Amino acid sequence: MSIRSIIYFGIDLFICSWRGSLFYYGWLAFLGFFIMLAVWGNFEQLTKGMIVTNLNDQVTWGMYLSNFVFLVGVAAAAVTIVFPAYFLKNKHMKHVVVLGEIVAIAAVIMCLLFVVNHMGRPDRAWHMTPSWLPVPIFHGIYNWPNSMLTWDVIVLNGYLALNVFCAFYYMYMKYLGREVNKLIYLPVVYLACVWALSIHTVTAFLINTMPARPMWHHSILPIKFITTAFAAGPSLIIIAFSIIKKVTKFEIGKEVFDFLSKVVLWCLGIALFLILSELVTEFYANTEHSFSLRYLVTGMYGLWGLVPWFWTAMVLMIGGFVLLLIPKIRKNLMLLPFICGMVFVGIWIDKGMGFVIPGFIPSPIGEFSEYTPSLIEIVNSLGNWAVGFMVFTMLAKCAIAISTGEVRYRDPKSIVTQSVDPPSFKGGGTPPWQSGRWGA
Amino acid sequence: MSDNKKNKFKISDYLADITDFVKSAKPKENASANFDEVMGEATDGFPRPELLGKIPDSEARTESSSGSAWNALNNQESSGRRDFLMKAGVFAGAAALLSGANDAEARTTWAEWFQGNYRLMSDKERKESVKRLEARYTEEYGKKTFVDDMPAEKDVLFGYALNIQKCIGCRRCVKACVKENNQSRQDPEIEWIRVIRMEKGTFNKGDMDKGYSGLSGEKHGIQVGGFAHKPAGVVLEGQHYYDPKLVPEKDAFYFPIQCQQCEKPPCVKVCPVRTTYRDPDGIVVIDYNWCIGCRMCMGACPYWARRFNWGPPNLSKEEMNPKTHYFGNRPRMNGVVEKCTFCLQRTRRGRYTACVEVCPVGARKFGNLLDPNSEVRKVLDRKKVFRLRVDLNTYPKFFYFID
Ligand code: SF4
Ligand code: SF4
Ligand code: SF4
Repeated sequence: MSIRSIIYFGIDLFICSWRGSLFYYGWLAFLGFFIMLAVWGNFEQLTKGMIVTNLNDQVTWGMYLSNFVFLVGVAAAAVTIVFPAYFLKNKHMKHVVVLGEIVAIAAVIMCLLFVVNHMGRPDRAWHMTPSWLPVPIFHGIYNWPNSMLTWDVIVLNGYLALNVFCAFYYMYMKYLGREVNKLIYLPVVYLACVWALSIHTVTAFLINTMPARPMWHHSILPIKFITTAFAAGPSLIIIAFSIIKKVTKFEIGKEVFDFLSKVVLWCLGIALFLILSELVTEFYANTEHSFSLRYLVTGMYGLWGLVPWFWTAMVLMIGGFVLLLIPKIRKNLMLLPFICGMVFVGIWIDKGMGFVIPGFIPSPIGEFSEYTPSLIEIVNSLGNWAVGFMVFTMLAKCAIAISTGEVRYRDPKSIVTQSVDPPSFKGGGTPPWQSGRWGA
Repeated sequence: MSDNKKNKFKISDYLADITDFVKSAKPKENASANFDEVMGEATDGFPRPELLGKIPDSEARTESSSGSAWNALNNQESSGRRDFLMKAGVFAGAAALLSGANDAEARTTWAEWFQGNYRLMSDKERKESVKRLEARYTEEYGKKTFVDDMPAEKDVLFGYALNIQKCIGCRRCVKACVKENNQSRQDPEIEWIRVIRMEKGTFNKGDMDKGYSGLSGEKHGIQVGGFAHKPAGVVLEGQHYYDPKLVPEKDAFYFPIQCQQCEKPPCVKVCPVRTTYRDPDGIVVIDYNWCIGCRMCMGACPYWARRFNWGPPNLSKEEMNPKTHYFGNRPRMNGVVEKCTFCLQRTRRGRYTACVEVCPVGARKFGNLLDPNSEVRKVLDRKKVFRLRVDLNTYPKFFYFID
């Protein structure tokens, strides 16, 4: 582990992530298009204020926080790969574990982008720097432990750090052609597994500790969040793995798909059961506290903006569950990604539009007002997703190239001493590793 | 009831009244920055005359309001890294980038950006901050602006009582509040008080058979009576967009709602950066310069009391009220939360709130809850009083009562 190898590692990763087939460039350009749109959208929002969104004093959280809540779940779901790989010693999972960590990194980055979009004053984000941090001028204040949001900021950033460490350390060791040092690596991995649960639990607590919003004020929320997350996250991972399997030489065993699809199946089943419990609990007594849910499921007072969304989500989730129950279909690797797509979209609706927004309808004084995201909100949200996909694509490409040995550290000395045929140097003359120009 | 009839008048009339009211409260042009003149006379009846005209450092303040506040600030010995950075930043031209406007404003913006949380500031920093704001508002609104930083008084706990039997729903309090507290007038239009019109219940014979009897097929509604889901003055059946020619209407009563200054405020608990907190006199204040606009507090408030500046507030020079307080009615900025503060710029100086003063039927009572002779305490002692949503244990200091 030398400074030089780390610098080479960085350079090689950079080159690898920016070089690829035409298809790869096309995909990056496609994502880049949405990112450029979001640059415009963010400029509008920052200069004109949040008035360019359709949020208002009645519905104060919208599209941005919906996506945030959903993506925290996706980030947490990386644990469905890491956990079996190291706790259950599943060697198929171990092979792909770094990809799970990369999903987590991309998802947390998206979460942070959505939070920044949601804030009215992102320029004042430094107010959150705890005063004990050794940052010279920025002495913020942290309402910890009272405010759930402070917990969320801590666990999310911590989770990002843990996963960045795990993924890059793993890649770096592979790059050097060595095994990871278990004494360093494993404790961090174990910690990350526990931490994954904490990020989604804390996000649930952030929302369900507000009695002013009866729809959220349920102890069912944390477990519902985790089950839907462990259905949606692996669904996304299955889709990504199917594509990776198709376009690269990277080996992903059948067992991986089998395991992940089982996780999706059972977590989705539990999630559906929890949704049923919620509906029965609320609709049976049908108090004023059920108004939000009634608005979502059946519409109220002639307002039904979210009703089609809710029922679409139900059809997708129940349909996906039934299909996955049939082993033949679940094991069909051609069909599986499409079913996972259904589940993913269904849960995205159920947890985003179908959960965050109706919490504000009606307002605490009983005012029903509908909300549909504005163009700017949609553009910015798509941009954030595009950033996430780009991060995932680039990191995954590097990880795969390192795993397959395409990219690895070529120690100048070892090349000279080991190679029977000194490699020819394209530029002519003495290769730099022989002339000593690159240093010892 | 006879009270109500006496007070019937056209809604359009009250607008003119409000204009007069605000005019009378406006300072004379070119008034000297003498505190008493700027803040106006006390209204009689308020039980704390001893507070009137009490300003710890009116001299220093007077200087700052004379337009050269920034110079005064710069001449002060600057200490600490923050000041250095402020200036370095100015020289680097970054400040100009920040706002694109004139230099003084850019510098103020830059300095404000580095400003700490008010509660953590030293006395000197607080004074500087207030002076900066005064200079900025004076320039921006073209009138001498005073930013008070009067802290909470000892042995004072503010409380409010509202007589729902008397309220006629005229919304004078709403308009007076907007004028007094420099709310944004449009895009976004912000009002801190909302008057909810509560429909009176009706029971008609026709609803006899409209109930639900389950599978039994009987007519009269064995499971649910036909008179369920009918308005009977439940909060969720009221609404605040009513617009009749005359108030009060026969089939309604009115229920004004605003920040309840909870003793156990959920909004304070959820704020991640302690922007909003409970001051010793019981008022839940917001440091507008510290708010990050996360809107957690808006989600947590059970009384829908908080408003967000969705865009840069629109407040005209003419309408701006120059008698302000750091935590009260000073003009806000884009992207921060605000709410009713019991007019602390007035009440901490011994005056009544704007809504109390304007209410034509005397439905609103205000005072010190720790003083047994205050109006609000007398209401609590003698009337039938209730608070809103007691099940949430927020312990509001805003009481509703009937005679
Ligand atoms: S009424 Fe709302 S804003 Fe006012 S103190 Fe209570 S919770 Fe906070
Ligand atoms: S919006 Fe401002 S006052 Fe409200 S919780 Fe966030 S930082 Fe605190
Ligand atoms: S409280 Fe007074 S001013 Fe406000 S609506 Fe009622 S009667 Fe009018």
